[in-house]
Amino acid sequence: MANRKADSRQQKVSRRQFLTDSGHAACSVGLLGLGLGMYGEQSKTHAALALRPPGALNENDFLGACVRCGLCVEDCPYDTLKLARLFEPVTTGTPYFDARKVPCEMCDDIPCVKACPTGALDPKLTNIDDARMGVAVLVDRETCLNMQGLRCDVCYRVCPLIEEAITLNLTQNTRTGVHAIFEPVVHSDICTGCGKCEHACVLEEAAIKVMPRELAKGELGKHYRWGWEEKEKAGEALVPDIIDLPDRMPGTQAESLNIAPAGGKP
Amino acid sequence: MSATAKSANIGQDAIVQKGWLKTHQWLLLRRVTQLSILGLFLLGPIAGVWLIKGNLSASLLFDTIPMADPFLVLQTLLSGHQPEMAAIIGALIIFAFYFVVGGRVFCSWVCPVNIVTDSAGWLRRRLGIRKSTQLSRSLRYWILAMCFATPLVTGYVVWELVNPVSMLHRGLLFGMGMGWTLILAVFLFDLFISRRGWCGHICPMGAFYSLVGKFSPIKVSASDRAQCNDCMDCYAVCPEPQVIRPALKGEASGVGPVIIASDCTNCGRCIDICAKDVFHYSTRFANKAEK
Repeated sequence: MANRKADSRQQKVSRRQFLTDSGHAACSVGLLGLGLGMYGEQSKTHAALALRPPGALNENDFLGACVRCGLCVEDCPYDTLKLARLFEPVTTGTPYFDARKVPCEMCDDIPCVKACPTGALDPKLTNIDDARMGVAVLVDRETCLNMQGLRCDVCYRVCPLIEEAITLNLTQNTRTGVHAIFEPVVHSDICTGCGKCEHACVLEEAAIKVMPRELAKGELGKHYRWGWEEKEKAGEALVPDIIDLPDRMPGTQAESLNIAPAGGKP
Repeated sequence: MSATAKSANIGQDAIVQKGWLKTHQWLLLRRVTQLSILGLFLLGPIAGVWLIKGNLSASLLFDTIPMADPFLVLQTLLSGHQPEMAAIIGALIIFAFYFVVGGRVFCSWVCPVNIVTDSAGWLRRRLGIRKSTQLSRSLRYWILAMCFATPLVTGYVVWELVNPVSMLHRGLLFGMGMGWTLILAVFLFDLFISRRGWCGHICPMGAFYSLVGKFSPIKVSASDRAQCNDCMDCYAVCPEPQVIRPALKGEASGVGPVIIASDCTNCGRCIDICAKDVFHYSTRFANKAEK
């Protein structure tokens, strides 16, 4: 109380006092900002199984755009979306879903995207099949029933894009020798990451899980080219002649030392 | 002990003079407003009556009128994101509203944390806790600057990681989780560490809305300041007591009776508590008229 009275009486603050106070405030607030920034960076790498709603911008842009209003959550007809709470492994207040609990039902009218006032969920997404919430990965081939030669097929059957996003790849069952293995194969160019497969997996712990694309996908080096594709584009082999090296047949070691000219007898 | 007795006496004169109800009328009206706004938001999730969707950060009224917190939308802009029109229009609507009624009307009439810190303030008076860490009143503006600077650096909204204001409102609507620990921290901070510490010194939202209402017309005026009997009750209940003095005691130095300082939250507690009815709601123009 006394301090405040003194303050209001002597209106003039000395330059030294002003600079000291300002420096004091700037430093404390700077430290606070640094701490918050560190916390922010930590929470940016959220739990791998927390998926963003359809149309969500990439994580950093999303965290700049989302105002945590929950309009997407309230407009989700299936109670799929939730807002993260403090200490949950997703940035506080932002919407996410856990596919194993409630997957995205891929509504045709995408109400969550329509509800978003800021564009954190990109309004350019008008066809739900173009959504890329993540990508399903058959993470455990050792427990997947289909991989043991059984016909579970549940993930394949529930897939909204059956026969496109998940197909069954037929191989021989070497255990029995006479049966087939129907391996569920996810095609990442089609899969929306809705999580219906993960939700439906009959195992105690799902063998197929939806993961963020950046976690699940490999990426070719920018300079890589598939030879067979380039060959097709060019209409001919890109390397004119195959250099023919001598074959080393057993017992003909001595002869093979005489290197035959290219195009010679094999 | 005498301190406790004295603290408990605040407003006693007014109650004797005006009756309990008149001594608490603006306080009650504020609580009704705060709870009604919260109730409107809760009608949707609880009863399925969707008059308003969303929360204080952004909402949609009657499925048509967008509203958004300009403080938060400004942070998303600074993070490098160009918001959709709904958020921009919503932010302008809210900005215009508080520009007219007084920026910090948000703090005293809408913000849910106000109930928490008012309770802490009340308990602090009741328990006679006088010890208080003095924080600078300008601290909140430094924190406000930090809220605007950090999105520029990081590319995302940093303050929302810990903002207890949005967290409390969001929590009440969407589930609190561990968010209550932060609210408890604010309560205890105000109670034991610093008097009116959160709302009066730290909260950057309050600082922002204070700037929004810098030129707002609706103000509290000590229009009957000649009646003042120096009981000091208004200072005791005011969340920003430094704003009262220039208006109440400015007659001699030619300062008008209107509380011009934008830190004033237009809460009306001074009007309630004054046994002499010194204070009234008024406009900033009343200040000029008298000069």
